[in-house]
Amino acid sequence: MRLAILGAGDVGRSVADLAGEYGHDVVALADSTTATVDPGGIDIDGALERKVGGDALGSSDHDAVFESDYDVLVEATPTTLDDAEPGFSHVKRALEADRHVVLANKGPVAERYEELRALEADSAGSIRFEATVGGAIPVLSTIEDSTPQAVTAVRGVLNGTANFILTRMAAEGLDYEHVLAEAQDLGVAEADPTFDVDGTDAALKFVILANVLADGGFALEDATVEGIQSIPGSALDLAAEDGRTIRLIGEATRDGVRVGPRLVPENGALAVTGTRNIVQIETRNAGSLHSSGRGAGGPETATAVLSDVGRLPPL
Amino acid sequence: MDARKQEVTAMVDKPAEEDAETDGGVRAYTVRLELVDEPGELLRTLEPIADNGGNLLSIHHERGNITPRGHIPVEVDLECPPERFDGIVDALRDAGVNVIQAGAEHYGEEVNVVLVGDLVENDLSDTLSRIEGEASAVVRDLSLSAPDGTEAVSSARIRLAIDSGRSDAALEAIRSIGSDKELTVVEPLLGGEA
Ligand SMILES: NC(=O)c1ccc[n+]([C@@H]2O[C@H](COP(=O)([O-])OP(=O)(O)OC[C@H]3O[C@@H](n4cnc5c(N)ncnc54)[C@H](OP(=O)(O)O)[C@@H]3O)[C@@H](O)[C@H]2O)c1
Repeated sequence: MRLAILGAGDVGRSVADLAGEYGHDVVALADSTTATVDPGGIDIDGALERKVGGDALGSSDHDAVFESDYDVLVEATPTTLDDAEPGFSHVKRALEADRHVVLANKGPVAERYEELRALEADSAGSIRFEATVGGAIPVLSTIEDSTPQAVTAVRGVLNGTANFILTRMAAEGLDYEHVLAEAQDLGVAEADPTFDVDGTDAALKFVILANVLADGGFALEDATVEGIQSIPGSALDLAAEDGRTIRLIGEATRDGVRVGPRLVPENGALAVTGTRNIVQIETRNAGSLHSSGRGAGGPETATAVLSDVGRLPPL
Repeated sequence: MDARKQEVTAMVDKPAEEDAETDGGVRAYTVRLELVDEPGELLRTLEPIADNGGNLLSIHHERGNITPRGHIPVEVDLECPPERFDGIVDALRDAGVNVIQAGAEHYGEEVNVVLVGDLVENDLSDTLSRIEGEASAVVRDLSLSAPDGTEAVSSARIRLAIDSGRSDAALEAIRSIGSDKELTVVEPLLGGEA
């Protein structure tokens, strides 16, 4: 497939870097200001070097991506809430041109799922978005394989930053503020970790899961969300007295979405440590399935994007 | 305490089925009660059981525990014809006995919840009695951690006994008490194999 990649951050760059390994060509790559376009395949190494070195990515206007000769638009621009712009318009434009879209950007799928599906229905192209939930972990494809109707609930840990903080607090008996500062030093938490610690990031992923289970109907505002900021070390100590610990757990069913700190058995499957993520898919006929792995990171997320590309039908 | 224990033993030894009209098989049941810590209370409580055709099998004070409200949890095993059981529970309730759980299963669900916030300043004992009242749960024990003193944010873990199948409703009630009192409620994850 010929890929046009929107966004040259950790994810976009890794997709460009790994596309060849998966047998795909990159015909366009854009960041927020410029683009590089070449129907015969762009010079990926050169483009990435310029980007990382702080130079302009390319010489074309970033809109030129849409004029290029691509089969799949990879949407890897920043996740935005509410109207999910400009991501939503990017997807719309590609579907209206009868192209496929693979999203890493959670905004459009969480906030405007039904509109996306309606656009898809009128298009020769399809949308896929495995990378939006759980990074490298195959979550959506597992649900697709089990058929969404047979899945009754999805629970788990889908934010590595919050999980890292809770793990360290429990292990070291330290307070939230202290561990957050440490996580920022280690690069595990961003300078502004708000969406990770207040549950928004995890909630977006569970909203996407609820949309997949129920075929739409959910947006972030429908989720009940609580973060981990108010959990003191003493709460983790008390939980440990009873063989439990606290994790930021999300739950998605056809009835709703909930994210918040919950007590789970200390040695149970959901109590993953560090930045690891885990999902538990509860099925009607086959019990629970668990998969865990790296929920974020450029190359990890890029593998999910490229697996999606591989699942698309030819146009 | 000793004197009362003897009274109880005496009652248990009395063949209670004498005046019970059994018209079929009998079944064993466990009834969990909460008693006020007053002399004679246990004996008073047990009377309606025998009076209504139940046969006492055993009585135990749960580990000599006292609930945070100062009540004594007591578990009574009895046997009676199934059609009599509801009558016994009604009679206990009519006699003013706080029946926490009644059924063939020995235990309902046991659930841990951690509360975080200005627990002490927000009247912890009121929080607990609201939980017992509104969530129809029994607080079986409580462990409080206030590393920075009781004026500051503290945490409490409470272990609750809840009737089987009532956990979701109970947790919902606790959530709303929590939001009333500005407490963070860390609930267990029920459902699924956590
Ligand atoms: N990182 C992960 O582990 C991960 C995992 C799952 C999903 N995601 C999602 O994947 C997306 C990308 O993540 P990331 O970590 O790569 O983000 P990032 O490092 O912040 O990069 C975002 C990229 O998008 C570009 N961009 C911004 N507005 C644009 C526009 N209007 N048109 C074209 N490009 C635009 C930015 O351009 P400039 O370089 O010019 O600023 C930047 O190159 C996000 O939606 C994120 O939520 C990320």
